[in-house]
Amino acid sequence: MTETDELDFEELFDDDTEREPPSRSARLKRTLDLTVLAPLRIALHDWRAVVAGTILLLYGLMGTVGVWLATKPSSGDYPKLQGPFQELAYPLGTDLYGRSILDQIIYATPDMFRMIFAGAVVAVGVAAVVGLLSGFMRGTAIDAVLMMLADIIITIPGLPLIIVITAIFQPTNPYVVGVFLGVDMWPGLARTVRSQVLSIREESYVEASQIMGLPTPSILRRDVAGQLMPFILVNASLTSRRVIFESVSLYFLGILPFTTYNWGVLMNLAYQENALTRSELLPWLVFPMITIILMSFAFVLLSQAMDAIFNVRLQARHAETIDEEEVTG
Amino acid sequence: MHPRYVLKRTGQMILTFFVTVTFTFVLYQSMPGGPAEAMRAMILAESGQVGGSVDLNLLNQMVEHYANVNPDKPLHVQYYDYLHSLIVQGDMGTSIYQGEPVLDLILQSVPWTMFIGVYALALGYTVSLFLGAAMAYKERSLFDSVSSIGVIFLNSVPYYIFAIVLVYVLGIEYSLFPIDGRYGTFVDPGFTLEFMGSVVWHATLPVVSMGILATGGALTMRGNAIRVLGDDYVRVAELRGLRRSRVAMQYVGRNSVLPLYTQFMIGIAGVLSSTVVVEEIFAYNGMGKLLYDAVLLHDYPVLMGTLLVFTTITLLAIYIADLTYGYIDPRISTGDSND
Repeated sequence: MTETDELDFEELFDDDTEREPPSRSARLKRTLDLTVLAPLRIALHDWRAVVAGTILLLYGLMGTVGVWLATKPSSGDYPKLQGPFQELAYPLGTDLYGRSILDQIIYATPDMFRMIFAGAVVAVGVAAVVGLLSGFMRGTAIDAVLMMLADIIITIPGLPLIIVITAIFQPTNPYVVGVFLGVDMWPGLARTVRSQVLSIREESYVEASQIMGLPTPSILRRDVAGQLMPFILVNASLTSRRVIFESVSLYFLGILPFTTYNWGVLMNLAYQENALTRSELLPWLVFPMITIILMSFAFVLLSQAMDAIFNVRLQARHAETIDEEEVTG
Repeated sequence: MHPRYVLKRTGQMILTFFVTVTFTFVLYQSMPGGPAEAMRAMILAESGQVGGSVDLNLLNQMVEHYANVNPDKPLHVQYYDYLHSLIVQGDMGTSIYQGEPVLDLILQSVPWTMFIGVYALALGYTVSLFLGAAMAYKERSLFDSVSSIGVIFLNSVPYYIFAIVLVYVLGIEYSLFPIDGRYGTFVDPGFTLEFMGSVVWHATLPVVSMGILATGGALTMRGNAIRVLGDDYVRVAELRGLRRSRVAMQYVGRNSVLPLYTQFMIGIAGVLSSTVVVEEIFAYNGMGKLLYDAVLLHDYPVLMGTLLVFTTITLLAIYIADLTYGYIDPRISTGDSND
């Protein structure tokens, strides 16, 4: 350390001019520990996170290893309308066309993950960018236009809108379906992000950064984005649940083309055949329903757990991480 | 209430309406091959001409008759005509399939959708607000944890699966409720007690299935109420010896409900959305079913008309909610809202 009597503010608060910069690997290790390992350690103490994680891991396995293990279902594979838990080849029974119900459920999983991924990325990504921008430019024309756009999309009921759009464009690619669904979901979230930004802006440390003359982009990055991260993750999880709900409802209504396997397609076919009054058809309807509920249950649980984890993160950090001297969270 | 705020909100509402109308117009134009090509097969099939070539002029005229969009004219003229016939003449086009004006079809079904929608919202939010408040008062009790898990579970069940389960259990297995239609087959419509009873009876299951959409509000309410309960002014109110009921309603209740407002606003659009699936499951002839049938039949004028009316209803509902909210929370209408 050099001996200077007067303190230079810029030097004191700038990341890049730390007196003894830690080595790259140490910094990487520290970042990793703070952002991934510490929350993970806390997550293991939260039963909701453990349950949600386990369920989602199982779905992940189903969508990867499961597809590889299962046989691609086609009509006439097995005897028709077999009950569940009788034969190892079709553990959940077969449908009206002799296809294994379990195989169909498994084959629908990868596309479901693709839809969730695309939907959550679009919804949360657009919401974060719009919310941050408009929160920080409060009162300007950009803020007004963005929020008006959000208000307009909030006003248009989502499902009818998506139905009209899909009826016209007939998307088959799961990513495209996910993007369509996500486009409808960002505005509400963007509004919430904006109001969060507004309240964070009032915090003394952000004010301090502004007084020190730090440029807006770096305030956004260092003080605000970090604070919003937990909030965004929680909502990504909730958005995933909405994508499941809405995509399945579109397949259940028969509005999306039946070119892929989907749990909603199974439900649609079973429902059309009056599964509710024909008990031999019930497994065809019930097992996809359980699959959907369990997966969304995991996402809801995950969002709850993350909410709790990130709220106590500050306390836990003291006990568990290597270095507490990170400037901002 | 501040007049400037009312003016601003009214302007915003009118603008949103125009944007939505424009949006449906753009949707017509962005159909593969434009509106003429997209509607050609439908129109030909309905007018009884099969195959062969058709006079392009005649086809364009027919598209104009059905959709209020004449592909022959320049785009801005088409747009002007579309707006003019919609707003000045109240003409939303004609159903290709049924040959009736779209507006008539919609007017016949709107009241039913509004009926189940309003009841679902009212029921869903009332129950979840009270549940949330009760959970907050009994924080960390057995009741709290059991209800929390219950609400989380309800949140993970899509409303349409809930509807199917209700149909199966209460409709088919126990035959407690009717599972389709808007009123009994042998009941004559009119202001009779029998008819009203039948309507309510038939609406019960759809309303309950849509109502669970609002249960997420219970957890938010719980969180808000817990935070408010810890606030100083509640303690002060208690120390002042105010009646428990007054503290609960005016101090805790009011302050924890207010932040739920945005959620409620989005809930209006959500409940209207859900009518599409729920009305199809219960064969309930409302706007949702109208839209659904129009999709299957490629009846584009009806499709656009229902989307437009769905949006207009939400727009009005949010507008009214916004203005009344200004009365409840004076901060919002002074212009310096906390957003």
